[in-house]
Amino acid sequence: MDIPRRYKSMFVLPGLITLVLIIIFPLLFTIRVSFSSWNVSSPQMDFVGVANYVTMLSDGRFWAGTLRLVLLAGGTVLIQYVLGFGLALLVWRNVLGRRLWRVLFLVPMMTTPVVMAAIWQTIFHESLGPVNDLLGRLGLEPVRWLTEAGPAVVALMTVEVWQWTPFMFLLMLAGLLSLPKEPFMAAAIDGAGAWRTFREVTFPLMAPVSVSAVIIRLIEASKLSDTVYVLTSGGPGSATESPGYYLYIRALKEQQTGYGGSLSLTYLILMIVTLTVVAALLARALKVKGDS
Amino acid sequence: MHNRSLQGLAAAVVALTVAACGGGGPAEQKPDKPAAFKPGSDVGYAKYGKDYPTTTVKDVPGPCSYESISRKDYSGQTLKVITHAVPVIGEPTVLHAKQFEELTGAKVEVVNVPFGELHQKILTPLQAGQPAYDVMFYPSLWIGDLASYLAPVPKEYLETPGMKDVTKAYMGVATWDGTVVQYPVDGDRHYLKIRTDVLKDPKRRAEYKAATGKELAVPRTWAEYQEVASYFNGKDVDGDGKPNFGSAEVTKRDDLMFSAFISRAAPFVKHPDVKGGVFFDVETMKPLINTPGFVRALEDMAKAKSAWPPGGANFGLGDEIFSFGGGQTLMSYSWDDAFIQAQQPDSRIRNKVEAAPLPGSAEVYNRATGAWDKKPNQAPYFTWGWTSAVAKTTRNEKMAFDYLCFFSNEANTALDLTIGRFGVNPYRNAHFDAAFWVKQGWDESVAKAYVKTLSGMEESTNRVFDLRVPGVNEFMSSLANGVAAALSGQKPAKQALDEVAAEWTAITERVGVEKVRTAYRNVVSLEDNS
Repeated sequence: MDIPRRYKSMFVLPGLITLVLIIIFPLLFTIRVSFSSWNVSSPQMDFVGVANYVTMLSDGRFWAGTLRLVLLAGGTVLIQYVLGFGLALLVWRNVLGRRLWRVLFLVPMMTTPVVMAAIWQTIFHESLGPVNDLLGRLGLEPVRWLTEAGPAVVALMTVEVWQWTPFMFLLMLAGLLSLPKEPFMAAAIDGAGAWRTFREVTFPLMAPVSVSAVIIRLIEASKLSDTVYVLTSGGPGSATESPGYYLYIRALKEQQTGYGGSLSLTYLILMIVTLTVVAALLARALKVKGDS
Repeated sequence: MHNRSLQGLAAAVVALTVAACGGGGPAEQKPDKPAAFKPGSDVGYAKYGKDYPTTTVKDVPGPCSYESISRKDYSGQTLKVITHAVPVIGEPTVLHAKQFEELTGAKVEVVNVPFGELHQKILTPLQAGQPAYDVMFYPSLWIGDLASYLAPVPKEYLETPGMKDVTKAYMGVATWDGTVVQYPVDGDRHYLKIRTDVLKDPKRRAEYKAATGKELAVPRTWAEYQEVASYFNGKDVDGDGKPNFGSAEVTKRDDLMFSAFISRAAPFVKHPDVKGGVFFDVETMKPLINTPGFVRALEDMAKAKSAWPPGGANFGLGDEIFSFGGGQTLMSYSWDDAFIQAQQPDSRIRNKVEAAPLPGSAEVYNRATGAWDKKPNQAPYFTWGWTSAVAKTTRNEKMAFDYLCFFSNEANTALDLTIGRFGVNPYRNAHFDAAFWVKQGWDESVAKAYVKTLSGMEESTNRVFDLRVPGVNEFMSSLANGVAAALSGQKPAKQALDEVAAEWTAITERVGVEKVRTAYRNVVSLEDNS
């Protein structure tokens, strides 16, 4: 190694050390912990082989939670995308109070998820909450929002959509604002209407941003736990239990550190693989469409 | 130069290691200073803010009194305390820390932690041998996890009048393997709360009799509880224009629901003639959680849903407190809080409530014979309450115990008992004095029933205590999950509890059968009065 290269390496070293400390070391430590029986009454780094992973394979709650997450994350991100894109289109052009709308749409995202979940819990409160009150005024039966499986899932998805649609809105608006003007001028000269312009110009041009936004939100949604904790505690039964919340129970509340490590690693790998495949499929689908 | 640097580095490492290991011996003991308080002075909290009542009490002479503690000089010393979030136990911790600072010159650093994180925040440094906190406030059922890290309460504190007045049951709760390691600051139990303006109203009684053919009375069994709750459910019985509901229960899976279930199960599973464990057979360590008594209780609890208010299947403790305490429901059972809430000066149902023993059962399962014994049974449940302890690793043991001694002195406790949000409930014989509660504005009949209910539990010989063993959170989390599955209709009660039993077996094996058994013997000893 020549001297300039050595100096270059020295400059990179602080960054590398930081990386090792904050990412690599915890990851390696978690891997090691996952092969131990470390629990609340025996905090020791022994070696139990793959025992935790074997236990995990037959852990119905974990797998049920993972499947449930597909619905929760997939459903909420899709709705967020549609709403976020729609709102971004609304304030993209010159509408009255455009700046005000842009700020207002961002408010939910800037609030703390736990606080918002607590507020939504009050909103969905079955005897005191305004939602059932409104339904009553309309002559409809009250809904058991947090104590019946179906409505509880709807309530949870509503909170997620409300909280994170602004994020999607922000990304989509940034994408729209960065689009070149020429294709739209050409479409206008060719006499394309609003819908055709959207279908043939806006949507294809926004494809890369769309894929990025959806993947970013899927990554975030896969960690869903704080809203579950506040809103339903995973109930009724385990109808709204997400893998993130289940991990919290096992690893932190019950302090099954070793088992929690194996769950979190498996979950991490599952998410990386799934999201990579989803990203590749989305990119390919949009690319094919763009080429045709 | 190089050698000197290395030596300096080594010295620094040794010093840091010694400090980290809590070395250095006990903190300096300074001679006493003149008392800042006169014996028997008036004590009150009003000067600490308008949120505190103006009530005053007399400082009771003794080693923990304001007068005695004000003689101590802890200036220049710091006490580290971890406790629950404000207000429940967290607020009195902070308040008494401030007072302790004023009296002794000590610095008291209080860390308030939400319930979900408290166990980990306390246990992890203890397991690592780090002297992170001198004093800890936590739920007493964690004793199985913590006992080996706690400093025994010194004899001089065990000899104080306040400590000697702690009831037998709560001294038992504070004791582990024959040594007192927890400093009692609270006494908790589950009992029944009812609305007397409905259940004791002659008009309602006549109406109930006409409709059901039965006398309306304070429920003595869970079956009667269900009948009364169902009958009044949905009716506007207090004329406020809103429907009332039969029963409020703690049903949120991860919010102390396990305690509610144990209350319901206690009379079905605690046979007065069968010794050796309610949750496990202490000899074989086979879980008993799926035996017919527990299954019956769970089936009853699932049926009770019909008398819960809207959202009642997702009620945390706070919801239960405000549902009964706010007048929405006519009955509930759990800790004191809902009752104290109902008895607050601004409550619209003040003195329209009554405390009563938990409902019992008309029959009790005998696990020795495998049959139901047809005889009325009651089994008070001494559920967990707040307790405190001093870490073995502390360098400030004397100051730590003086703080706890002061925290729980007679004057402070008398005031704390009257502030519902503090979460401090009667735990000394002196607290079972109806006159004290009458002074707080309670009707005599309400005060007498309250005191009789609480003291009656002390006299019972057929009591149930929590599963105070290592890994208790895991056991209770598993139980709550099973109960929640049955309540939501996901699984039949028997199947849900069979799965809990299987999990309990796995947990026991993971923690260590002997370890759990040894700990469980402490619980069995309390239950069997042995």
